[in-house]
Amino acid sequence: MAGDGSVKLIDEKGIRLDGRKVDELRPVNIKIGVIKNADGSAEIRMGKNIIVAAVYGPRELHPKHRALADRALIQCFYRMSTFSVSDRKSPAPSRREKEISLVISNALASVILTEKYPRTTIDVYLQVLQADGGTRTASLTAASVALADAGIPMKGLIASVAAGLINGQAVLDLFDIEDQKGSGDLPLGYCPVLDEISLLQLDGVFTVKQFEDSLNIAIKGAKDLYEIQRDALKQKYTDIRAEVEVPEKPKVEKPKAEEPKTEDPKVVPKPVLKVEKPKTEDPKPSKDDKKEVE
Amino acid sequence: MSKVIAKNHAIVIPGDLLAEGPINYGEGIVKRNGEYYSSVVGLFQDKGDFIQVKALRGKYIPRPGDLVIGKVIEVGLTSWIVDIGSPYIAILSANNATEKRFDPINDDARKIFSLGDIILTKIASFDRTRDPLLITNERGLGKLRGGRLIEIEASHIPRVIGKKGTMINMIKRLTRTQIITGQNGKIWVNGKKIEDELKAIQAITKIELEAHTQGLTDRIRDMISEDQQ
Repeated sequence: MAGDGSVKLIDEKGIRLDGRKVDELRPVNIKIGVIKNADGSAEIRMGKNIIVAAVYGPRELHPKHRALADRALIQCFYRMSTFSVSDRKSPAPSRREKEISLVISNALASVILTEKYPRTTIDVYLQVLQADGGTRTASLTAASVALADAGIPMKGLIASVAAGLINGQAVLDLFDIEDQKGSGDLPLGYCPVLDEISLLQLDGVFTVKQFEDSLNIAIKGAKDLYEIQRDALKQKYTDIRAEVEVPEKPKVEKPKAEEPKTEDPKVVPKPVLKVEKPKTEDPKPSKDDKKEVE
Repeated sequence: MSKVIAKNHAIVIPGDLLAEGPINYGEGIVKRNGEYYSSVVGLFQDKGDFIQVKALRGKYIPRPGDLVIGKVIEVGLTSWIVDIGSPYIAILSANNATEKRFDPINDDARKIFSLGDIILTKIASFDRTRDPLLITNERGLGKLRGGRLIEIEASHIPRVIGKKGTMINMIKRLTRTQIITGQNGKIWVNGKKIEDELKAIQAITKIELEAHTQGLTDRIRDMISEDQQ
């Protein structure tokens, strides 16, 4: 955190070095299902950052004594590739990597319904292929998408983005140079569904006003990011739907293939599953799935 | 008064608001402050007085009574450890393996099921605190010989079977194969000809990929009969 003003990070018109406005995110692209062997995976490209997240689990935990009797353990492994930064990063796990792994796993544990899978572990591997500032926030964003892709029940997704301070001004989503030359950094993990903060760290010196400004633009940025996460998760399924359903049903009155009307008897087969109505809070497993044996 | 917000058959993601007010709900849903939210990526199903979200992916969670296909991964003196593709390993005790009484002094567990055997088995018990226990001493259960084993998402098994078994019976008839579906997503296919088996596998793979779409049975029928001409 130099903050010495030796580099001009924002020009008179409020445009930053990479051409963004102060409250603008870097271009984000999220793809799911990039790793076939994993139970769920996601790749995020945020500006120059490239991070791959892979989720395995819930699965058996070894050594067994670390297992929790009442819920699943969330283990996160954040790793920066040696080639991800311009100076070769030592392949040995650093103090920084361990810290980031811990804060990300704690943030994820706040939204995952861990009590559904007692005595198991959910492993999240985060590999940074290319780093350009804000990798911990981008990793958390990718991790929550990968968890949803793995079918792990959650209260909601976490969208994560950092805000920072440049010349006393709150700025959204710092990249590497701004991170180093700016005077403050505030990574935020935010769950828009719960309106809860699941990760908040701070580096540098902020006044109360600056902190509030930074937090507000970070929350706003996280909400934008959430929409991108949601599209990434849905796209795979809506694409398949659009591909197979549209040409087959020229008669349907509704042009949209995504939401066929319930009244149309041709379109909606009667539910395969006959379900007894659970009265309690705890949803009973449906006895519906028919078994087939020769 | 209850009000359903999401559209029937919509793809939902964790945290999507589905409904408000008192309503019966099933899997894939969490209730918070009288509102119902999805907890998984899945297909929303609104049946009037009942809502649920069918997950599109996820690990198989054992349920007592389920028929599953497993692989023997460890043989003990009087028990086997079976991989059933769930987060918990399953145990088949020798007492529950055969109809005959098992005598550990004279009988060899390896003669019944050996390492790597594929077995059709039933979950006898499972709860949060204990690993699942299996049985194979009922009719039709036991070792599967020959055939091919494929694996799909466990949540798509009901789709492969179809309403009252329509889908699976159609595939069996058209491809002239024997098919056994395990609730854990493992499917055993056996046919007289390799082409038949491959055809059936191709159909099942297509079902898995398009499990969340409508009119699937017709498309599968078209696909199989098209190739046979």
